[in-house]
Amino acid sequence: MQHESPVNSIRLFGGFARGSLRLIMRGNRTYVLWLAFLATLIVSGILAYSNQVRTGLGLTAMRDQVSWGFYIGNFTFLVGVAAAAVVLVIPAYIYNWKPIREIVIYGELLAISAIMMCLMFVTVDIGRPDRFWHLIPPFGHLNFPSSILAWDVVVLNLYFVVNFVVATHILYRAFHGRHYIKRLVVPLVLLSIPMAVGIHTVTAFLYNGLAARPYWNSSILAPQFLASAFCSGPAILLIMIQVLRRFTRFEIQNEAIWKIAELMAYAMFLNLFLHGAEAFKEFYSNTQHTLYTRYWYFGLGSHHTLVPYAWTAVFCNLLAFGLFIVPKARRNFVTLNIGCLAIYAGVYIEKGMGLIIPGLTPDALGEIYEYYPTLTELRVAAGIFATGFLIFTLMLKVAVPISLGEFRDKEESLEVAELVETR
Amino acid sequence: METDGISTHPSRRLFTIAAATTAASWIMTACGPKRLYEAPKDRLRAAIKEMEAKYSASHGKKVTVSDAGPIPGVEFAYALDISRCIGCRRCVYACVAENNQSRDPQIQWIRVMSMEKDKGVDFSHANAYYNPADVPEEGHFYVPVGCQHCENPPCTKVCPTGATWTERDGIVVIDYDWCIGCRYCMAACPYGARHFNWEEPKIPNEEFNPNTHYLGNRPRTKGVVEKCTFCIQRTRAGRYPACVEVCPVGARKFGNLLDKDSEIRYIIEHKRVLVLKEELNTVPRFFYFYAT
Repeated sequence: MQHESPVNSIRLFGGFARGSLRLIMRGNRTYVLWLAFLATLIVSGILAYSNQVRTGLGLTAMRDQVSWGFYIGNFTFLVGVAAAAVVLVIPAYIYNWKPIREIVIYGELLAISAIMMCLMFVTVDIGRPDRFWHLIPPFGHLNFPSSILAWDVVVLNLYFVVNFVVATHILYRAFHGRHYIKRLVVPLVLLSIPMAVGIHTVTAFLYNGLAARPYWNSSILAPQFLASAFCSGPAILLIMIQVLRRFTRFEIQNEAIWKIAELMAYAMFLNLFLHGAEAFKEFYSNTQHTLYTRYWYFGLGSHHTLVPYAWTAVFCNLLAFGLFIVPKARRNFVTLNIGCLAIYAGVYIEKGMGLIIPGLTPDALGEIYEYYPTLTELRVAAGIFATGFLIFTLMLKVAVPISLGEFRDKEESLEVAELVETR
Repeated sequence: METDGISTHPSRRLFTIAAATTAASWIMTACGPKRLYEAPKDRLRAAIKEMEAKYSASHGKKVTVSDAGPIPGVEFAYALDISRCIGCRRCVYACVAENNQSRDPQIQWIRVMSMEKDKGVDFSHANAYYNPADVPEEGHFYVPVGCQHCENPPCTKVCPTGATWTERDGIVVIDYDWCIGCRYCMAACPYGARHFNWEEPKIPNEEFNPNTHYLGNRPRTKGVVEKCTFCIQRTRAGRYPACVEVCPVGARKFGNLLDKDSEIRYIIEHKRVLVLKEELNTVPRFFYFYAT
């Protein structure tokens, strides 16, 4: 085995980088079309964003009354997706359940892409992105621990680093035909479990701590965030796993998929229960604070832009719960996929628009400004999602062949081929 | 398998990296721009010189930027007589003119809420867009709302960069050069007092007020938050805020909370006083009262 002298490290990394580049550049028709589709959305997003930077956030539908909108909604949803990697990490590393252990790395890659999208959504939302460094000590000033946003900056970046180190380390070592270093990976993976709960709790506290907004100022917010995250993140993973199975030699056991679906059913039950508890409190006590919940579900006066979305989310969540709790339904891939899409749609609506907009409508002085995202916001958001999916696709393009043992450092591949098999 | 051979001296390399980082950060912090909150006097003065030159050039007249600090023994407070206010909105426009608020898109630091007498002070039935031929309207009263300069401000607590804070005289201010425009403070404010520059603010040069303060009415850029500063450029120079001066019915009172003989103390001690959203424990320095 070679020593990792700097020169050797560079050579090893060079081989990895060149090989990865070659993998990324090659692909079948579907792959090329998919990349072209993403590239189109990204270009459109960049054009829309550069317009927004030039003119100002006035190009969005946000105003003083509703000062956060689609961008922050997407950010919140994606924090949940990132946190959901833990659904795979716990059975894989704690219970050492083999079927999930094989796919846990993809959960981590999803978390990496999701966090990058989160950071992009925050960046496009701020008025002075050129001053981003004001947050970074020692040049800037991070108002820690007073500002929950400062906490969020810290935990999101830490979670990103942890997942990035674990995933790239495992893949990189596997590429060179070597087992990952246990004393590096195991503590980091263990750390990533409370951190996943942490990023979502901190993001919930971001809203939760604002007494000015009764819709958010409810202690049920953080648990409900976690519950919905543990449905939406795995929903994306389940679809992705099936795509991988279809297009690569990758073998993923049905048991793994069904087990994840079962966990999602419990998470969705908890989510629905917490929503019910919140709805009971609001409507039974019927104080003035019910205005916000009422705006979301029924509209206020002539203002009911969001009502169809609210009930779509309720319907999707109930449908998905029904499909996932019945063992027969979650083992049938048609109903399973319908359930995944329903969960994705339901949680996307309730965590995005459904959390942010009613929180700010009516505004602090009782005014109702009906927010609905503009084309600029939709284009920028689509661009960010496309960037995230692009990152995820490219990472998978490298990670899958490594896991399959198809993509390996040639010099070492022979002597250690069996080593990877036993991993 | 886990032999990590080390071929160079890690301690020397580490030392070089650490030294370089320290030096770079020292240079960046010492020479680079900084929060005005912690800027030493000489740096603040230099920054203000720059501001004056820049604003004079861009607005076609000589602009002064004051750096007057809080006066010892002074804590400002405001009182507004709900029974007198007629809802004429003269305060709104005096404030816009005095504090260089953008005319296009419009920014107004004061919102006058029209409320129904049989509902009392209730924001869920308030209307900021009342537009009758004459005010006051039958059956209505008016509650103008701006920054309440809370003793326990939720907005400064949440700012991730420390770009907004409370001065020693009780004025809550914003450093427009440090604000990143995340708008967390706007979500946190229970009074809708904070306003965002959604586009580049536009003020005709002839309407621009050249007497400014670095924490108050100096020009803002797009993408930052602004709000009422109790007319810091006036009040720290011993004058009344513009809204107090313009009010045709004398509904607006302003003074030093620490001065026993001040009008504001008299009102608090002798009138029926209320603060908005008392249950949120923001402890406003802005009081509403009924004089008659």
